[in-house]
Amino acid sequence: MAVTGAVLVLFLVGHMVGNLKAFLGADSFNEYASFLRTMGEPLLTYRVALTLVEVVLGVCIVLHMWSAISLARRAGKARPVKYAARRKSQANGYAVHTMRYGGVIILLFVIYHLLDLTFGTVNPAGWDGTPYERLVEGFAPGRWWVTLFYVVAVVMVGLHLRHGLWSAFQTLGLASGRSYRPLKLTAAAISAVLVLGFLVVPVAVMIGVIK
Amino acid sequence: MNELYTEGEPIRDTKAPEGPIEDRWEKRKFSAKLVNPANKRKLHVIVVGTGLAGGSAAATLGELGYNVTSFCYQDSPRRAHSIAAQGGINAAKNYRGDGDSIYRLFYDTVKGGDFRARESNVYRLAQVSVNIIDQAVAQGVPFAREYGGLLDTRSFGGAQVSRTFYARGQTGQQLLLGAYQALERQIAAGTVKMHTRHEMLELIVSDGRARGVIVRDMVTGEIERHVADAVVLATGGYGNVFFLSTNAKGCNTTAIWRAHRRGAMFANPCYTQIHPTCIPVSGEYQSKLTLMSESLRNDGRVWVPAKAGDTRPAAEIPEDERDYYLERIYPAFGNLVPRDIASRAAKNVCDEGRGVGPGGLGVYLDFADAISRLGRDAVEKKYGNLFEMYERITGEDPYTQPMRIYPAVHYTMGGLWVDYDLQSTIPGLFVIGEANFSDHGANRLGASALMQGLADGYFVLPTTIGDYLANGPYGEVDEEAVAEAEIAVRNKIEKLLSVNGTRTADSYHRELGKIMWDYCGMERTEESLRKALERIPELREEFWQNVKVSGQAEELNQALERAGRVADFFDLAELMCIDALHRTESCGGHFRAESQDADGEALRDDENFAYVAAWEYGEQGPILHKEALDYEYVKMSQRSYK
Amino acid sequence: MSERAKGMNLTLKVWRQNGPEDKGRMVTYRVEDVSPDMSFLEMLDVLNERLILEGDDPIAFDHDCREGICGMCGMVINGVAHGEQVATTTCQLHMRHFEDNAVITIEPWRAAPFPVVKDLVVDRSAFDRIIQAGGFISVPAGSAPDAHSVPVKKVDADAAFDAATCIGCGACVAACPNGSASLFTAAKITHLSLLPQGQPERASRAKAMVEQMDAEGFGGCTNTGECTAVCPKGIPLDTIARMNRDYLKASK
Repeated sequence: MAVTGAVLVLFLVGHMVGNLKAFLGADSFNEYASFLRTMGEPLLTYRVALTLVEVVLGVCIVLHMWSAISLARRAGKARPVKYAARRKSQANGYAVHTMRYGGVIILLFVIYHLLDLTFGTVNPAGWDGTPYERLVEGFAPGRWWVTLFYVVAVVMVGLHLRHGLWSAFQTLGLASGRSYRPLKLTAAAISAVLVLGFLVVPVAVMIGVIK
Repeated sequence: MNELYTEGEPIRDTKAPEGPIEDRWEKRKFSAKLVNPANKRKLHVIVVGTGLAGGSAAATLGELGYNVTSFCYQDSPRRAHSIAAQGGINAAKNYRGDGDSIYRLFYDTVKGGDFRARESNVYRLAQVSVNIIDQAVAQGVPFAREYGGLLDTRSFGGAQVSRTFYARGQTGQQLLLGAYQALERQIAAGTVKMHTRHEMLELIVSDGRARGVIVRDMVTGEIERHVADAVVLATGGYGNVFFLSTNAKGCNTTAIWRAHRRGAMFANPCYTQIHPTCIPVSGEYQSKLTLMSESLRNDGRVWVPAKAGDTRPAAEIPEDERDYYLERIYPAFGNLVPRDIASRAAKNVCDEGRGVGPGGLGVYLDFADAISRLGRDAVEKKYGNLFEMYERITGEDPYTQPMRIYPAVHYTMGGLWVDYDLQSTIPGLFVIGEANFSDHGANRLGASALMQGLADGYFVLPTTIGDYLANGPYGEVDEEAVAEAEIAVRNKIEKLLSVNGTRTADSYHRELGKIMWDYCGMERTEESLRKALERIPELREEFWQNVKVSGQAEELNQALERAGRVADFFDLAELMCIDALHRTESCGGHFRAESQDADGEALRDDENFAYVAAWEYGEQGPILHKEALDYEYVKMSQRSYK
Repeated sequence: MSERAKGMNLTLKVWRQNGPEDKGRMVTYRVEDVSPDMSFLEMLDVLNERLILEGDDPIAFDHDCREGICGMCGMVINGVAHGEQVATTTCQLHMRHFEDNAVITIEPWRAAPFPVVKDLVVDRSAFDRIIQAGGFISVPAGSAPDAHSVPVKKVDADAAFDAATCIGCGACVAACPNGSASLFTAAKITHLSLLPQGQPERASRAKAMVEQMDAEGFGGCTNTGECTAVCPKGIPLDTIARMNRDYLKASK
């Protein structure tokens, strides 16, 4: 859970940095998108490096989900009889409520996101558009509900990370009592930066800053 | 008085070796027969109880290679009531270089016990005390330490040296977990077979030897037979005969009382220790009493209203209408008088109608002066955890209103009689820890209970029992003896279930406890004891006619468990009163109002009572056997706190 | 002394189950004139005495020391292990913390490795087996060196003590949404691994205890922090990080 989560976080950071290129204009953004495909050339042929990254990411997502599902299944087995009284969280319930349900929402979002901006299936610019066109048309002001969905999902990712980042340190035995506060603050800060970094592009498109 | 008991032969041999006291234990260890390691596996020992004594004994016997079976009534051996000991454990380590020594610990213990303990046993206890600390530290017991990394100690219970090792206020818990972990290690190794939620209900005696126990599986109600080559009882004290005490709810006398009924003598049953600073009773429903550290008396001032029946809140009683009675009666020691004096004084003012709180059974322990002198922060630093505990239980804030305290039964020095080898008068039956009578005389010093339990379990018993087992295995157990013991158990259970009366066992227990507290408590008189001896048989009779136990025998039945224990408490209570009545002197925890000096101090009668009263069970009443106490090393003197 | 408020009237919904095989059900009881100074268990004592006299089975519950140290008592009260008062065992919880006419739900610890024995009594022997797997330092009686031969830093001794205060009540398991026993196991691993005496067996201990914990059927830890929030002794969450560290090291 912790290791695959860590890989996915690193990916998110790179993804966000790339997204922000949208502010540098269509050419820069498209160039970046094409760079992703030609990475490693001429040593590697077209898209090999990217495919490798995609495979690693795919495996991580699968393993991350598999870990989550097996934890949930173990939890179910460990408590076959539920409490009659609604169990009251004594630790403000944050992790209990965001991680498992949040994870499912994030998964649905990732599927939509790929169909939207990677494959263009549900994007008005379609498969034939440039990445920049897909971006601008996808978040066009008329499609505010898409942007809204993105906002909700990305905030969910942030909440997921806020617990996940700290939790990874704990699971890997890297945390100690004294480092809890700084770790939790760092986790919150990273999550906040990522949320802002990811949201600024679609919002900019929607309100017409990026055209 | 002779109608109550008869006198038998005195006990002449306690099996302590002769010679200089410091060599006796070495001598005994050397003279004890050894068991061939290959034979140990074939020797089966039953240990009942898993507190400090029983847990450490079972673990150590397992380490030595014996085949051990252990029982406890709790759901895990870790829960035995040793866990609740707060203060600490004494050991003559002299790490402070403040003049402590084995001899001084020995001397203090004999003197503290008011010259009613055996010198040989106490000396051995002091010798072994140093090994206990080593053992506990090696097991990972997290004793308090100083910045240099060495163990911290404090002085305790009026000792002039600092020899008490402690682990915050949870020394008992930490030492017990050490013993428990050692025990679990042996369980994993297969040398100890553990039976939790099992209660011993009868001892099997065959051919004059203790050969096993009848236990009840408290989950299924099944009655089980377990036979062995020797039986060790480590079942704790019987303070719950008073119903309210600082003991755990489950603590009971059944195991040692059953052994007594089968021939083990019961020594000094009347020696009861009462602790002055407990949280008072708040109502009829009260189920137990909670102890607070005596250190509170260092800064708190004890008082009651000067007038009887003054029900004003403490804050509304002006200074000149308060009676700081300890400071008034004992100007030299004031609030720091010894435990028994403080306890009796509290009882006296309450008897005068000046007690405070529900039922008028409490006195104030006031920190107002300390707070104004030292500041609230300093007081909080010193006593914060105790204040918090008090507030949790009473809902009152001791920073703004005085605490209420009252004495409570805390420890019983009496128990089954044992010789130097910790063997009872039934061969093969060994008794260790609070369950025996051996080391504390008439009064136990603070921080010595943990020491004795672990000394018995880790070091003394494993050596001395080997001498007995070396002559084993003892062969087949007489089937008839086993069947007879089992039938006795079944009959008693059946009888309890069949009465179907109108009162619960708890309500009888509560009433018995009140009789004992009122008539055989802090202060005993011939009159009060005779009254108790009249009331107890009547109440017992009523109990057997009118108790109500619901449920079945073959199931988890807590009502049945309690009823069985209460039945045995009745019998024990009677013996306690007879013992207290026959001992017309005052000594340690036994205060006969008829025997006190001008200052109200316990007045011993060494000429007539320098003996252990060992009681044999007899159908026609108990039979007293006296074991004379000789003091070769510590000169007998009258205790004085002036 | 406190205002002697008049008795409270309460409705209890209590889990009753005759034995491990019984399906069990919630049963409602009315208790009247409950003193606010009663402890929660004393309130149940009073109800039980009434049930016995009515010829009913008293409600079975575990308890012993009644001063918050033996770890025997434990019930889930209104959905919270040991009730809502923090750092408190059930026996130390008092009725003054409840409202008059309150409805109180009382359930046993719920976890597959803690099967119900009867009513509110559960079998926690899984904890003993976790200790058996390695929760000790192997030192037979009589073999110990002098206690002062190995100094221990005060900070380590104090931290070890904090972990060692665990009373093994099982509230951590009851409160954990995953039914994990990580806090219990980690407390013992931390206690022993912080002390020099615990070093020789440190790795094997962590591995064996964690594996036993998993074998017992406890859930996995997702760091929700529910355990430490209900722990009567406030065992900190970083013990679990230490357990993970020792375990990962041992598994390399």
